[in-house]
Amino acid sequence: MSPLLEVSDLRVEFSTEDGIVHAVDGISYAAESGRTLCIVGESGSGKSVTSLTTLGLTRGRNTRVSGQIVFEGRDLLTLSNDEMRSIRGDDIAMIFQDPLSSLHPFYKVGTQLVEAIRTHQSVSKSAARGRSVELLTMVGIPDPQRRVDQFPHEFSGGMRQRVMIAMALANEPKLLIADEPTTALDVTVQAQILELLEELQDRLGTAIILITHDLGVVAEFADEIAVMYAGRIVERGTADQIFFSPQHPYTWGLLKSIPRLDTARDEELVPISGRPPSLIQRPSGCHFHPRCPYVREAHKRIDPPLAEVTGDAGHEAACLLPTELRSRIWKGLAGGETPAELRRLVVEDGQTVPVSGSPPLGPEGAS
Amino acid sequence: MGRYIIRRLLWVIVLLIVVSAVTFIIFYELPSANPAVLRAGRSPNPALIAAISKSLGLNRPIYVQYWLYMKNIILHFNFGYSYQFSQPVRTMIFQRLPATISLTVGAVVVWLLIGLPIGILSAIRSRSVLDRTAMGGALVAISAPSYWLALVSLYLFANDIGIIKIFDGAGTYTGLTANPARWFGSFILPWLVLAAAFAAFYSRLLRSNLIEVMSEDYIRTARAKGLSERRVILRHGVRAAITPIVTVLGLDIGALLGGAVLIETVFNIPGVGRLAYQGIENADLPVIQGTVLFGAFFIVIANLVVDVVYAFLDPRVRYS
Repeated sequence: MSPLLEVSDLRVEFSTEDGIVHAVDGISYAAESGRTLCIVGESGSGKSVTSLTTLGLTRGRNTRVSGQIVFEGRDLLTLSNDEMRSIRGDDIAMIFQDPLSSLHPFYKVGTQLVEAIRTHQSVSKSAARGRSVELLTMVGIPDPQRRVDQFPHEFSGGMRQRVMIAMALANEPKLLIADEPTTALDVTVQAQILELLEELQDRLGTAIILITHDLGVVAEFADEIAVMYAGRIVERGTADQIFFSPQHPYTWGLLKSIPRLDTARDEELVPISGRPPSLIQRPSGCHFHPRCPYVREAHKRIDPPLAEVTGDAGHEAACLLPTELRSRIWKGLAGGETPAELRRLVVEDGQTVPVSGSPPLGPEGAS
Repeated sequence: MGRYIIRRLLWVIVLLIVVSAVTFIIFYELPSANPAVLRAGRSPNPALIAAISKSLGLNRPIYVQYWLYMKNIILHFNFGYSYQFSQPVRTMIFQRLPATISLTVGAVVVWLLIGLPIGILSAIRSRSVLDRTAMGGALVAISAPSYWLALVSLYLFANDIGIIKIFDGAGTYTGLTANPARWFGSFILPWLVLAAAFAAFYSRLLRSNLIEVMSEDYIRTARAKGLSERRVILRHGVRAAITPIVTVLGLDIGALLGGAVLIETVFNIPGVGRLAYQGIENADLPVIQGTVLFGAFFIVIANLVVDVVYAFLDPRVRYS
């Protein structure tokens, strides 16, 4: 069975006064009913643009989109604006980062819910209102009969995000895209919102794409994880693969920069040095090389493809380091060594092969 | 809310007392002319001037005059008598209010009908030829002084002195109840001229507000819900962008009800504004004082109304 949503070789470019922004640069992924795909990356890695493009919200004079977004057998990129609009909010719904600014401040919560329902279903106002109360009950808002007539500013942050979720689920979408749904919320509330999403997914069988910059958030929730960097997917795998045998230096950076309950108390968090690259003038070779502690000279020239990790089915990474060396580095990082210390492994390894004029993939390609 | 309004109304009274005192002081400290001399004829002698001064009460100290003036207003709602016409100022103002109200209401309708659609179109077609043309025109309309625009419009379109004789010219004012058709005809040019700068200002304001609102997160949400673009713009965008404009509108209406001095004078419309102008010409203190107080009254009341209305338009605003 083909997946509910299949994105292949999606590219999104914006032309601006400063040049062309390569926001999304040839990414592919799939989302399946009842499962959760997490897309992880820093701000500016193209994760939000990907989801907005799926909804057709990046269309415009200055945007160029290529590739395919196949949803239930139809390529969304070829649909007209009207066809796209009838899918938005109905088959595919989205919730956003900041629940206060995402709700209209001048309309009652009930009015906004009724509008969402009546855009896609021909039901009476009173029926839609009844359904709104049901939805608020479903997302765990106490006293929904009263709350439905209140304005967004009368709700707390967590409650507002519940309203957003209720609105997104109003027409029982097959796919729910959640763009940083917990980033603006208190930590305790974050867990509640994720639990709610998980519970609703179990009940409704919705496919969820969860976009976040926080690997900690996705640990419990993700079935599959795609790590994005500079508009590309640099690593992809199941949650177990990403957490227990990550393959890309950027993923290591993400994992080592967040505190975990199972790490030693005195272990230091290691931030990823440098800043996300400009998407107008992208680095040559591997886009991560300016920030990579394990960079070799050749990596500045060669652009690594996303390829399956040897001996780990379904796990893909775009890294030029040999697989065996990568496992040793990760073992060292997991054991508490710093990237600076582990760089020696790269140097030692490099001595076993001729550095200049070496084949692109080093020992792996040679063997 | 009720307590808030009462508190504001008390402030209105304080403000009007201050305004009347300031007007009094300005009139005496910056004398343009002695009202008694103006009324004494071609060859006045000192005895006549003194007699007129006495009959007008000008020989008394300024604070006594002020006290008597305020006492009459508060006890009898009497704004005194015009030096020039010996008529009660209250009656003079009330007689002229219909003309001023006609001018204001008509101009408001015209500038909203012109300004708001242009503002919306300019915002959603931002940087297009239409937008640039409209905003260029708006800049001209804002920059042109209204009396100049009024004179030019008369020279171009008035049916007495105009090049193209299509609209009624100056001094053709007819009451609405006397002859509605002629009332309408006589106001076409004044409405258009008065509305020009306002329409330009409102379209620019709405344009910039709407452009800002359209990049808000809740507009993205509205689109993500699958609403039609028309609904997104009108029901979600304009609803939010127009709220601050309602505030400005209230204040503008308040100010205009106090009299559009320049337009009323150029078009010779017998409104409160022209009355004020005549009062200044004739050093007619009670008329000046009365029109200033009326103008101030409309402005402070408009302020209050605007604040109350705002609480209904923006549910986040609550007064206590």
